[in-house]
Amino acid sequence: MSHTTLLVFELTILVLAIFLGFEVISKVPALLHTPLMSGTNAIHGIVIVGAMIVLGQPDKSAFTWIVGFVAVVLASANVVGGFVVTDRMLEMFKKKPTKPE
Amino acid sequence: MSTNLSNLLYLVTIVTFILALRFLSNPAHARRGNQIGAAGMLLAIVVTWIKVGTTSWWAIAIGMLIGGGFGAVAARKVKMTAMPQMVALFNGVGGGAAALISLAELHRILPEAGAPKEDISVAIVLSALIGSISFSGSMIAFAKLQELIGGRPITYPAQKLGNALLFGASVAAGAVLVAGVQDEWLLWLLIGGAALFGVLFVLPIGGADMPVVISLLNAFTGLAVAAGGFELENNVLIVAGMLVGASGTLLTLMMARAMNRSVANVIFGAFGQIQAGAGTMSGTDGTVRPTTADDVAVMLAYAHKVVVVPGYGMAVAQAQHDVRALADLLESRGVEVTYAIHPVAGRMPGHMNVLLAEANVPYPALKEMDEANNEFSRTDVSLVIGANDVVNPDARNNQGSPIYGMPILNVDKSQAVVVLKRSMNPGFAGIDNPLFVEPNTMMLFGDAKESVAKLTAAVKAL
Repeated sequence: MSHTTLLVFELTILVLAIFLGFEVISKVPALLHTPLMSGTNAIHGIVIVGAMIVLGQPDKSAFTWIVGFVAVVLASANVVGGFVVTDRMLEMFKKKPTKPE
Repeated sequence: MSTNLSNLLYLVTIVTFILALRFLSNPAHARRGNQIGAAGMLLAIVVTWIKVGTTSWWAIAIGMLIGGGFGAVAARKVKMTAMPQMVALFNGVGGGAAALISLAELHRILPEAGAPKEDISVAIVLSALIGSISFSGSMIAFAKLQELIGGRPITYPAQKLGNALLFGASVAAGAVLVAGVQDEWLLWLLIGGAALFGVLFVLPIGGADMPVVISLLNAFTGLAVAAGGFELENNVLIVAGMLVGASGTLLTLMMARAMNRSVANVIFGAFGQIQAGAGTMSGTDGTVRPTTADDVAVMLAYAHKVVVVPGYGMAVAQAQHDVRALADLLESRGVEVTYAIHPVAGRMPGHMNVLLAEANVPYPALKEMDEANNEFSRTDVSLVIGANDVVNPDARNNQGSPIYGMPILNVDKSQAVVVLKRSMNPGFAGIDNPLFVEPNTMMLFGDAKESVAKLTAAVKAL
């Protein structure tokens, strides 16, 4: 695939993702807006894939090494923290009252 | 692993993310959705791990242990009341990672023969710009919410001009880079300028506007990640980043609409300045009627319907468990208790819902604004706990009020209103609230948690 073809393809899925994002989110009730924020927060932790690719390059300079390493640290904090916080929140939403222990 | 295979597996990850968001439409299975999303994330990490191969695998592992360990401990330890700053923190580090990836990518591409392709350099510039703003802006939001710095709007001379110049300079550095000047320092300049802009743009924004800012910064990180996907020609980054960018944008617009203000007004308005010098309650005539816990307890115990209106004060005092205990006690006496939740009550979208869920309040009792407003006319007592601007009738009646036009919870339509408040100081926005002097309003002064505990004791004693 030529570079331009790839770019057009990428732009296509970008635009589709915009509409998909609007569509999916508009169905989320206000009740769950905090978990929504936190959940999307976890999803953009996918940046870890980019950080791993940067740090995993062969023959990289010391500069790339350091920058990539910091990026991996930050991105993994984003991923783990994001999903754990969201899970803790969603765990609490219950339809019926339960007896606190 | 071939690129085709890894892209197919990344597609599975994309599907899990979409499902995770789709499942959030109903609280009954939202948690499973989040777990599906987490599994998809794990898949993407494993795929990337295999793709990258043996190069620096140990460095990646150590980095993930440090970051993941920090994230897990922080996310486990944090109190539910500190949730907004946690979300801001995790959001910021994601933006920071995106900016760093741009820096590393430019560093890798520059020595290669010929200038980098325009679309790649545009992506690098965008990702670095938005990611840096998101990083530093989120850190300031974190510091504000954690009360490391004051929550009130911080302003300085020629703020708008200064911010505009700074932002303009960052964009100009990016434009020069895209135009083909191959100098890494331009990107450093851009990152530094954008990071400083992020600081200065969040500093003046008052605490009550935080729900808008936090969801905006969340959208920013998503966009930075999507731009990162163009740099690395990686679909999963593009789609996942853009999903977050779109959803964060929509949520930001919804929050701004809930305050009847434009996003631009929230960001550049330095809300709260307007009356900051006007002194407290100066514009309001009438007398405040303080009351005692015993009197309120009688009203509550013999009411048919009580609506609790929580605000940021409940979060600060961590009173949600006591509120639940009081509601349980009232319900055991046959009183109907519901909760009226304003969309921007608290410091992040849906903040109050999470706190009350933590206190084990069943979610069908949490009423959104429109539904709640239909019920106030047949409500005996509205119990306002640490909320201020979201129940301010000036938003309906006083065209001169800075919050005029903002949809509010019409607690003043109920038979009686009891406001639990620390003192007569105006709220975060520093705006007068005539609700406090209306004839059917009584004020119960004190810390929200203590006041609610006193009410519970007083109802028990009846």
